[in-house]
Amino acid sequence: MANPIVHALVYLIGLMTFAGLNAAYLVWCERKGAARIQRRTGPCEVGWAGLLQPLADGLKLMTKQLLVPDGVDAALFRLAPVLAMLPGMVALAVIPFSAHLQALDMELSALFIFAFASLAMLCVLLGGWASGNKFAIISSARAVSQNLAYEIPMLLTLITIALISGSLNLREIALDQQGGLFHWNLFRLEGWHILTMWIAFIIFFICSIAETNRAPFDLAEAESELVAGYMTEYSSMGYGLFMMAEYINIVVGACLTTILFLGGWGCPFDVAPGWWWFGLKMYALIFTIIWVRWTYPRTQIYRLLNLSWKVMIPFSLINLLITAGLVKFL
Amino acid sequence: MSGYWRDIFAGAKSLVIGLSITGREFFRPVVTEHYPYETPTLPARFRGHIELIANEESGEPNCVVCGMCQRACPSGCIALSGEKAPSGKGKVLTSYMLDFTTCSLCGSCVESCNFNALRFSREYNRVAFDKSVFQLDLIARLKEQNQCKP
Repeated sequence: MANPIVHALVYLIGLMTFAGLNAAYLVWCERKGAARIQRRTGPCEVGWAGLLQPLADGLKLMTKQLLVPDGVDAALFRLAPVLAMLPGMVALAVIPFSAHLQALDMELSALFIFAFASLAMLCVLLGGWASGNKFAIISSARAVSQNLAYEIPMLLTLITIALISGSLNLREIALDQQGGLFHWNLFRLEGWHILTMWIAFIIFFICSIAETNRAPFDLAEAESELVAGYMTEYSSMGYGLFMMAEYINIVVGACLTTILFLGGWGCPFDVAPGWWWFGLKMYALIFTIIWVRWTYPRTQIYRLLNLSWKVMIPFSLINLLITAGLVKFL
Repeated sequence: MSGYWRDIFAGAKSLVIGLSITGREFFRPVVTEHYPYETPTLPARFRGHIELIANEESGEPNCVVCGMCQRACPSGCIALSGEKAPSGKGKVLTSYMLDFTTCSLCGSCVESCNFNALRFSREYNRVAFDKSVFQLDLIARLKEQNQCKP
């Protein structure tokens, strides 16, 4: 595509469709997955196997009134859900889905995604603050402390990867892992990284669950304690946008894990690399996230912070040191 | 320090056990029934509201209007009346009204009946917006059942 405007438009429409469809159908997958794990059938009335359920839910949310209660900062209250959608959508722009399928090849794309991921936390804070509701404010305070705590081990792990690949460009990181299973960062034989990278992978995966506020780390919307946390006062598509943002963030988290550890679009046996392998790995990770959600109960806030500060951060620091040593001396 | 490592390893082990349990359940068959399309098989001792038992040959109710069920009912939801039989011996039932809104399905009426005239029905679908639907005329119900018989 020679024309940069056409290129930008095509990718914009494509990514928005991708994000929207994922947000809608991951809810369906989540409900079906939860149902299967609890040995129910899940949605099956609207369309074949309930496939039109997201459409019905969306229509229902859109026809509801967006209630702005008294004592709410009206402008911020309306702005927060819209801003919440932003980080995930922007992050998708720099993700390389295959060697040729990437909207924007950026030198610091990994850092870019993390910068916008911390904006997602600010949107939660904004929504909670603007609501002027005790539950919402407690929930946003929790979300901020949680995100701060889990961003550190996540970034330390990213530095580990950057040491191995010598780049913060996601495309370069993925290109560096081409050539089969044992070139992936997770199972890297070269330089003996296979010894420690599985720990880094587990840390990164747990952190990405915590960063997206998913169960068992969904302290920010703990229904049994905080009604719905920062979403308490939201109705209609205000709530819908927060919900969609959550699922888009899951997609971004899974994409990032795929690129950093699972070789991006590379095939484990080095045949026919392409976006299909990327999708397969990404959706396997998303399925695992759903599986985890319906397995574990919610933790407590101090346990959550203990896990990060006492386990994740020391482990990722030691891992960083070992990797640095391996890179330097092997 | 030993507690720290023990927590990590024991925790990791229990997490894996949890995932394996839900992972196994995921592939096992569904246990719920898709209600309006699939009806459950009722257990043998299922208690619906009570209904009259008819004489197998004549189709008339077995009831002799002794009133034991009415007396046994702790909620007072049974009202029945009868008249002298045309043959001059015993009584025949003329009305049997059940107020199902107060019935607790205790079964004292069925137990107290000495003439095999009362039993629990298999009816589990009765829902309505109006209370009057639960004022059941059991004689009318019996007539309906007789008509449905082949």
